[in-house]
Order: sequence, then structure tokens, then C-alpha cells
Amino acid sequence: MDFFVKYLCAFIVGGLICVVAQILIDKTKLTSARILVLFVVCGVFLTAIGLYDYVVDFADYGARIPLTGFGYSLCKGVIKAVDEYGFRGIFTGGLADVATGVVMAVVFGLIASIVSKPKSKK
Amino acid sequence: MSDNLNKLTEKQYQTMSDKRSGKSNIVKNCFMAFLFGGLICTIAQAYSDLLVCRPVKSLIGELDESAVGALTVLFMVFLGALLTALNVYDNIGNIAGAGSIVPITGFANSVVSPAMEYRSEGLILGVGAQMFQVAGPVLVYGTASSVLVGLIYYLIK
Repeated sequence: MDFFVKYLCAFIVGGLICVVAQILIDKTKLTSARILVLFVVCGVFLTAIGLYDYVVDFADYGARIPLTGFGYSLCKGVIKAVDEYGFRGIFTGGLADVATGVVMAVVFGLIASIVSKPKSKK
Repeated sequence: MSDNLNKLTEKQYQTMSDKRSGKSNIVKNCFMAFLFGGLICTIAQAYSDLLVCRPVKSLIGELDESAVGALTVLFMVFLGALLTALNVYDNIGNIAGAGSIVPITGFANSVVSPAMEYRSEGLILGVGAQMFQVAGPVLVYGTASSVLVGLIYYLIK
């Protein structure tokens, strides 16, 4: 039962975060790039004031996988690094925590650009 | 005929486009975004549970919490990138809308997709430069705000 609730929470919270973005896309003239930036920045500041921790506690990957979770990692990373390294941590912490995902995307993007063709170009 | 088109005021155009993409469409879009967004998060949750289940644990050793988080994000980025390379992710995106953009798989898509698209313009100025079309702003403002938070935290600590 506990198992089921955990997945349900992840599903609902993850889904709801996407619904917020969908409403912004449909109801405003914001481009998706602007919305993504907005989400990441919101994630960083919501984590900074401590609110997003509750969401992550509640929904786990439902809160970490949407881009607000990217902001969560950035913020958590920088706080951890400031604790650990002091002033230097301000500049190293954020990206260090999201590096795995970014590097994976870059490397895969490079490989895909060489071995795969976009559909429209066929 | 073209005269007629030119006479359309902005307001008329707005109501026309509103009619076409009516209210029910927004409800449907939101439902699809909810469904796919939720589903992607559930897959991530399942993968993270898989990493700590007993057979896998005996295979790759015990992982701490941050390692599980990092590996799960890695897997989701890989999944998004792979589906993009196979030209599947765009089809999902047509149905899922924001449900495919907001999760980290969408971030992977936003990197891999332009990389493939601009291959014809060369590896440096095509692939290399265009890769971060969408991901670039996300990283710029994400990093900047994390530095701001770090600075404030450093000062008040």
C-alpha cells in the first residue's frame, strides 16, 4: 500500500507541474523556452526558501524530474558546496550537481547528430 | 478574397483562433500533459526503486541516496535522448505537450533535437553552437540564480 501511495504521489505531483506549464503555454504567449527558464528559476528560489523540500519529501521523483527539480538540484548543490568549500562553493556547487544530466545530454547529442538523421530530412 | 483577409482585425483573429483552439482543447491538453508528465515521473521513481532492490544491489553494490538520484536523472536523460534520436520523442511531444517538455527528458530532447537538426551546417557551428538553443537559457539563468542563492547563503550563514 505504501508502495502504491508513493507512486501515486510522484504521478500526481509530476503531472500537476506539467499542467501548470501547459496552462502557461495555452493561456499566455510565453514560448516554451521562457517557461522552462521560469520553471528552473522558480525551482531554485523555492528550494532556497525551503518550500520545495516539502514537495520533494512528498512526491520524490514527481518533484525531481520536472525542470523545477533541476533548479532544486542547482540550489541544493550550491548550498552544500558553500558549507563545504566556503566562498569557492558559490561558483562550483550549482553546476556540479546537475553535471551528470547535462554531460549525458551533450555527449548523446553529439553522438546522435552523427549517427541519426531527423525525420523531416529523409 | 485577399482584401477580405486583410480586413480581419486583431480582435476578430483572436476570436477565430480562440474558436479553433477552444476551451475543450485546453482541458484536453492539460489532461495529456498531466498523464504524460506523471507517467515520466513514475518511470523515474520505478527506476530509482530498481536501483536499490536486492538483486541489483548485489550486482552493483550499495548506493547512497545522492548516487541513486544522480543515476536516475542520468537514466531519464538517456531515455529522452535515445527517444529523440529514434525520432519518437517528437511524436510523444505532439500528444503530450508540456508533459514532454517539462520533465528532464524534455531537457535532453531540447539538446539532442537541434544537434541532429543542424548537423548539415557542420559539427562546430551547426551541432556545437545550436545544441544549447533552448537548454542554454535554462543553464544560464539556472546557474545565475544558483550563484545568487549561494552568495546570499554565504553572507547570512
